[in-house]
Amino acid sequence: MGLLSDPQCRRALARLLLRLNTPLCVLSYLAGLTWFLLLPALAPRTYLSENAMGSTMVGEGSDLGPRALALARDFGAHKRKVGGMPVEWLEQTMFQLGLEVHRQPFSRTLPFPDEAHERYLVRGTNVFGVLRAPRAASTEALLLLVPGSEGSKNNQAVGLLLALAGYCRGQVYWAKDLIFLVTEHDLLGTQAWLEAYHDVNLTGIHSGGVPGRAGAIQAALALELSSDVLTSVDVAVEGLNGQVPNLDLLTLFHSFCLKSGLLCTFQGKLPPPEGPSGPGYAQSLRTMGLMVLGQAGGGPGGAHGLFLRFRIEALTLRGINSFRQHKFHLGALGRTLEGMFRKLNNLLERLHQSYFLYLLPSLSRFVSIGSYMPALGLLLLVLVLRSDEGEGDPPPEEARGGLLWLLPPILVSGGAGAALYLLPVRGQAVATQHFPVGEAEAVVLALIGIYVAGMALPHSTHRWVRGCPTRGWMTLKLLALLALALLLTCLALLNFSLGFLLGATLVPPAAAVRPGGSRLPLAILLVLTTPGLSLFLAVLLERELLEAPAGLGEAWQRFLGALGQGLLQEHLHGAHLSPLLCLGAYPCWLLLWNVLFWK
Amino acid sequence: MSIERCCGNNKTMSGHFFLIAEKSKLYFTFQDQAEQFFRSGHTNNWAVLVCTSRFWFNYRHVANTLSVYRSVKRLGIPDSHIVLMLADDMACNPRNPKPATVFSHKNMELNVYGDDVEVDYRSYEVTVENFLRVLTGRIPPSTPRSKRLLSDDRSNILIYMTGHGGNGFLKFQDSEEITNVELADAFEQMWQKRRYNELLFIIDTCQGASMYERFYSPNIMALASSQVGEDSLSHQPDLEIGVHLMDRYTFYVLEFLEEIHPASQTNMNDLFQVCPKSLCVSTPGHRTDLFQRDPQNVLITDFFGSVRKVEITTGALALDRDVAALESNCL
Repeated sequence: MGLLSDPQCRRALARLLLRLNTPLCVLSYLAGLTWFLLLPALAPRTYLSENAMGSTMVGEGSDLGPRALALARDFGAHKRKVGGMPVEWLEQTMFQLGLEVHRQPFSRTLPFPDEAHERYLVRGTNVFGVLRAPRAASTEALLLLVPGSEGSKNNQAVGLLLALAGYCRGQVYWAKDLIFLVTEHDLLGTQAWLEAYHDVNLTGIHSGGVPGRAGAIQAALALELSSDVLTSVDVAVEGLNGQVPNLDLLTLFHSFCLKSGLLCTFQGKLPPPEGPSGPGYAQSLRTMGLMVLGQAGGGPGGAHGLFLRFRIEALTLRGINSFRQHKFHLGALGRTLEGMFRKLNNLLERLHQSYFLYLLPSLSRFVSIGSYMPALGLLLLVLVLRSDEGEGDPPPEEARGGLLWLLPPILVSGGAGAALYLLPVRGQAVATQHFPVGEAEAVVLALIGIYVAGMALPHSTHRWVRGCPTRGWMTLKLLALLALALLLTCLALLNFSLGFLLGATLVPPAAAVRPGGSRLPLAILLVLTTPGLSLFLAVLLERELLEAPAGLGEAWQRFLGALGQGLLQEHLHGAHLSPLLCLGAYPCWLLLWNVLFWK
Repeated sequence: MSIERCCGNNKTMSGHFFLIAEKSKLYFTFQDQAEQFFRSGHTNNWAVLVCTSRFWFNYRHVANTLSVYRSVKRLGIPDSHIVLMLADDMACNPRNPKPATVFSHKNMELNVYGDDVEVDYRSYEVTVENFLRVLTGRIPPSTPRSKRLLSDDRSNILIYMTGHGGNGFLKFQDSEEITNVELADAFEQMWQKRRYNELLFIIDTCQGASMYERFYSPNIMALASSQVGEDSLSHQPDLEIGVHLMDRYTFYVLEFLEEIHPASQTNMNDLFQVCPKSLCVSTPGHRTDLFQRDPQNVLITDFFGSVRKVEITTGALALDRDVAALESNCL
């Protein structure tokens, strides 16, 4: 008889699973973590999958350096004169270069003042010029974006953009339109432009429409450059909600850098040494860890991050001028950009041949979703094994209690989560009246206050409705495990990094929690793994991985800043971290907290 | 056909007999020469040139086909006898930095698009169905003459195909394939309908030799650019245009054909030697077992040119055996 179809065998198997439950859980958890840690060592090399880009070649002919510098100085001078973005000058220059110029005004009132960028009521204008393809139908477009900032940031980037536009205007081989976009207030302007271009309203920004359209955008590059010479180009990959562009775009850029000799870095670091080695592995693990943390945070890592939600593959290129001796002129970067656009011009469809979901231990190696997903699967296995814990025969009198008594604990946890999500931003007026702090601090402190208050909510809510059995905590724990498993499974598909980090922290307490006996160690474990504290530890870990370790005070300040930014990004860009933690992870954790203090 | 009148003025009886004897001798000499005229067995030449791949990065396949078209036209086959099928338009592709040109040599030495290209099947009309209909003649009545292969049993046909292929198939248009079995059956249909005298089949794709493995009709000679399991490689990368301009095999065939003129006596054995492995990297192959004549005796111009042997004669060629009646008509 088959192993699973024979009832005798099945019962024996179930008994075996019950007996070995704890060892199997521990084994599965450790296996999941080990799998994740082994990923950088076994990552294959990246390769270009798109045939339209791989089998064609480019001979760059541009020398944009002098022109770009001149235009950058002009732009800087006019920016100082106007005291903001020189819209008229930009329009005039783009028009003289032969582009079809448009402007787009936008305005936005932030939900609470942004301490990091010192802004509250934002008003700005985006300027963009379209280079129409000479012999094609304007059905597709490529985009070059410079997020305009205050002061003298990104002046050279604007100069390079204008110089490149002038060069591209003289070529006849464009099959797609080229859009050259300069935004104001960096990410806000980019978000406004994207929403207006695609005619959607995702974040409540008020913007004038975009009068000149150029078809579906196939790929976009965001350029940030604030110096006349550069030593390297840093590429940013993670975007909003942990999305990443198609791997082909990154491979294309990397291959161009290798061809032209331009130094290309990822997360500001040189590539790790080739071949298996201890330091190489450590650096790969550090790079991958930083990418996981960045993805879990879910913030747009640059202007490119906002494009990914519209399935426009995008990268941010940051020109860095460090203390290295070998400097590159703007012409080198200009040639790289020219080559990239020419190759992207050969595309016939959107980039779809390569991976959409991956992790990067370095620029030339990748971990595909098929390789990293089992790590999270092993963590979920722990939850599945644990949910069989109470599979022993229940005493007959307890089985007839019904399940209505479960409702109050669930409602209380859910209510706490909803309060955590809604109250801080909406109740900031109340908070500022009662406490002598600014709105931003009031929101963050209210957030922390509600979080801690949730822990002090009554733990005997299960007694409010009659019918609760003595060992009912097992049912409540089962419910908490199922909720956590559901959350982690959904996160596995949406944002693997966030799911893995939440799983690595929440799965051990979820498996181990039980009332009775000595509550202190379990209480400490549960407090240590609460989502809020996990966020704090993540900030500490990120500083550690960036090799700029922070003391507790600095980490606390950064933590408060991260909380504020997380809330802001949810309103400004539609980031998912805040709702997921407040409405998903926090109620699960509160249920476990209830189970711990079951009476 | 006009009957040349004799130009003799002598009207005596003996003179007539003398003239008749002379005319008979001349008649038999011209008969021999007429025999020579029909030595190879064909009276007209056709060419079916097919490029099956589209997209800008397959520029070289269009350049291949246009090179063969150019050679075939130069050697005498007129547009009315060429069926040119190009699956995509490279000359007017928005990505072409030199619009209205298709180059076959890097540094843009040779523009094979020229001024008088006549494409019969263009773009999405190049399908397996249309190709087989052209070959077998099962064409809807509304099809214009330029799109028909109006060959008869005295036609020598050159069929050149290029694109992406595999073991036993050739890809059309990125969406369908023709198998070697279908092609062999089409050729058999042509044979049974007496649509060709001799057929030369040239294919330049990866694993091209697999396409002629299944032929079973007589009078077919086949050449391929690579054996089964080998890839045909591209040649002539041009950075300004941004693509490979030609495939190796057809590039060297084109160089070979540039040496041929309508009166060349070069034979097929020389064509078999074109592009050895050292130049082509792949191993070109050929198949002659179905062909009745020895390749040594087959001229290149039997297939690539439209041979019209014209000899100026000052004499008369009487085609009517009744010489006496003719004589009486003359006087």
